[in-house]
Amino acid sequence: MKNLLLAASAVALTAGAATAQDAGAAPKIGIILGFTGPLESITPTMAQSAEIAIAEVNEAGGVNGQQATSERADSTCIDAAAATAAAEGLVSSGINAIMGADCSGVTNAVLTNVAVPNGIGMISPSATSPGLSTAEDNGLFFRTAPSDARQGQIMADILTERGVTNVALTYTNNDYGKGLADSFQAAFQEKGGTVAIVAPHEDGKADYSAEVAALAASGADMLVVAGYTDQGGRGIIQNALDTGAFDTFYLPDGMVGQDIVTALGSGLDSSYGDLPGTDSPGAAKWIEIAQAAGFDGTSSFAPESYDAAALILLSMAAAKSTNSADWTTKVLDLANAPGEQIFPGELGKALDLIAQGQDIDYEGASAVELIGAGESAGNYRELEFKDGQIETVKYR
Amino acid sequence: MDLLNGLVAFLNFVFIPAVAYGSQLALGALGVTLIYGILRFSNFAHGDTMAFGTAMTILVTWALQSAGISFGPLPTALIALPLGIAATALLVLGTDRAVYRFYRDAKAAPVILVVASMGVMFVMNGLVRFIIGVEEIQFTDGERFIINARAFKEWSGLEEGLALRTTQLLTVVVAAIAVALLFWFLNRTRTGKSMRAFSDNEDLALLSGINPDRVVAVTWIIVAALATTAGVLYGLDKSFKAFTYYQLLLPIFAAAVVGGLGNPLGAIAGGFVIAFSEVMVTYAWKQVVAYAAPGDWMPSGLLQLMSTEYKFAVSFAILIIVLLFKPTGLFKGQSV
Repeated sequence: MKNLLLAASAVALTAGAATAQDAGAAPKIGIILGFTGPLESITPTMAQSAEIAIAEVNEAGGVNGQQATSERADSTCIDAAAATAAAEGLVSSGINAIMGADCSGVTNAVLTNVAVPNGIGMISPSATSPGLSTAEDNGLFFRTAPSDARQGQIMADILTERGVTNVALTYTNNDYGKGLADSFQAAFQEKGGTVAIVAPHEDGKADYSAEVAALAASGADMLVVAGYTDQGGRGIIQNALDTGAFDTFYLPDGMVGQDIVTALGSGLDSSYGDLPGTDSPGAAKWIEIAQAAGFDGTSSFAPESYDAAALILLSMAAAKSTNSADWTTKVLDLANAPGEQIFPGELGKALDLIAQGQDIDYEGASAVELIGAGESAGNYRELEFKDGQIETVKYR
Repeated sequence: MDLLNGLVAFLNFVFIPAVAYGSQLALGALGVTLIYGILRFSNFAHGDTMAFGTAMTILVTWALQSAGISFGPLPTALIALPLGIAATALLVLGTDRAVYRFYRDAKAAPVILVVASMGVMFVMNGLVRFIIGVEEIQFTDGERFIINARAFKEWSGLEEGLALRTTQLLTVVVAAIAVALLFWFLNRTRTGKSMRAFSDNEDLALLSGINPDRVVAVTWIIVAALATTAGVLYGLDKSFKAFTYYQLLLPIFAAAVVGGLGNPLGAIAGGFVIAFSEVMVTYAWKQVVAYAAPGDWMPSGLLQLMSTEYKFAVSFAILIIVLLFKPTGLFKGQSV
C-alpha cells in the first residue's frame, strides 16, 4: 500500500512537472506523423515542409531571441496506442507544441491522451474528420486542414450547379468514407437533390459486382465514389464502366490521382471531382520554395504542414511565450484578417511586424482562414479529367 | 420489349458477373478440397499460393510483352500460364518437403498441419510482396470486350446495355476445361484412381502397393495448376494485388465447405452458390421488376433485401446453415 501511494505521488509529481511549462523555455516542436503505415509515402514531405518553416524562422533570428528546434516521432496513422506512446516520448523530451498528428483517429488519441492532460497545444495539418470539430480540446487544438463536412458541402454545390439532382453514392467503409458520405448526403439533400442509394464497399475485396449491380439498379444519373484511388473505389468505377452502369462519376479528394486517370483514360472523360487547393499567390510561392529545397510542393498536405509549423512559431512570438496556454490564444488572431497578409518566405517580415506590435493575417501556402473552433475554412479545386489529364476548372 | 429489357439488365448485372466470379471461386475451392481430401488438412496458404502463381505468370507475361510476343485478341498471360504453373509447382513441392512432410511422417493431428499452413501462408505472403510489390497490377491485354454495353444498346435498340468481357468468357471456358480434365484424370487414369484410393482409405491404399510419395507429389502439382489458373483468371478479370488474394481465402473456403470438403463436384457447386448468393441477395430488384410489371408501374422502394455491406454475412450465414443441417456439405464430403 505504501509503495502504491509512493508510486501514485511520484506519477502526480512528474505530471505536475510536465504541466508547469516555462514561458521562457526554448521553442521546440514535436512533429508527429505516420512515418510508417498507410501514409508513409507522403509524411516525409510533410515533415520536411514543417522543418523548412522552422529553419526560416531561425534564419530571421528565431522566436523571442531563441532558436527553435524540432523532433520527429511516428504516429503510424492507424495505431492509437503507438501514437500516444510516441507523443508522450516527445513531451518528456521537452516540447512545447505539437505539429500533427496526420490521420484523424490517431490525432484524436494524441489530443485526448497527451495534449490535453499535459496542456500542450497542437496543430494538425491533415486530420479531416468532422468529429474533431467538437472534440474536448480546452482550446489547445487547431488544424490547417478543412473538415470533411466542408468538402461534402463543396461536392453538393458543384453537382447542383451542373444540374445533377439524382445520384447514387458509394463510400469506403471507414471513418473517412463514412464521414464524407454523411456530410455530402446531408448537404445535397438540403439543396433538393436525391441520393437514390447508399452502398458502402470494403477495400481490398475480391469482387464488386454486387455493389455495382445495386448502385446501377437505383436508376440514378451518376455515381459519387468516396473511396481511395488504389482500392475499392477504383474497382467500383472499373466495373461500372465495363457493365455500362454509369458513364459519369464524381471523385472527391481520396479518389483523385494521376494513376487512376491514366489507368481509366477516356472512361473518365465526362467525370469531375475536387481536391484541396488554392489559387492564392501563397501557393505559387510555396511551390518555388519547395522546388529550391528539392521536392514537390503540391504533394498532399505539404503546404498545410508548412503553415501549421509557421503558425505555431508566429503565435509563440506574438504571445512572447512558448507556454502552450499562452501561444494557443494567439493562433486565431494571426491566421485571420485584419492585418498585413503573410505568404510563404515572409516569416521574417511577419516576426518584425509582430515585434512592432502590428497585426498580421497569415495566409501561408494554403490560404489559411481558421473558422469555428479553429479549423481551416478549406479551399478546393474543381477538376475535370479530359484525355487522361487532371484539369482545374475553378477554385472554390 | 420491356420484358426483354428486364432480362438484359438481369443478365448484365447479376448473371454474367456471378457466373464469372463463381468459376474463379470454384477453381480455388477445387484446390482446397483436393488437399483436404487427399492430404487431410485445410490449407490456409492457398490464397497466397494463387498470388505466387499469378505473380510468376505476370513476370513471364512482361518478358513476353517486351519480346513483342502476343496472343492476338487473347491475353498474353495465357501463354505465360504454363511457366507460372511450373514455378508454383516447384514452390509447393519445396514447401511440402520442408514443412508438411515432417508432420505427415510424424502422423501429426490435422489441426497441427492447419497451423503449419498458416505459417506457410505468412511466408508466402512476404515472398510475393518481395518479388512483385504491394501495388495493384493490371496485366490484361488483347481485346477487352466481346460485347460492349454501348454497342449492344445501339444494335438492339434496348434501353439496357449488355457487356461481356473477354476475360469473363475466358474464365468460364478455362474453368470448364480445367474441371473436365481434372475429372477425367481422377476417374480414368491409374494415378487418379490411386489418388482417390488414398483419399478413401490410406491404410488400404498403402497395402495395395500405392506409393504415397507419388500421390502427394501429384496432388501438389495439380493443386499448383488449379491455384495458378484460378489466380491468373481472377487477376485478368479484375486486377492483381497481393492483399486481395489473401482476402480471397475466405470466400474460397466458404465455397469448399458449403459444397462438401473433399468432394470436387461440391467445390464447383459451392463456388456458384456463394457467388450467386452474394450478388442476388444484395441486388436492388427495382428496375427488373419495373420492366417485368405491366404498364408504367414503378416500385417506390429499391426492392433490395439487404444492403451490400452484408454480402459477406450472406455467404457466412449460408455456411452456418449448411453446417448445422448438413455437416458434410451439399454434396457428400467429409464432415468437418
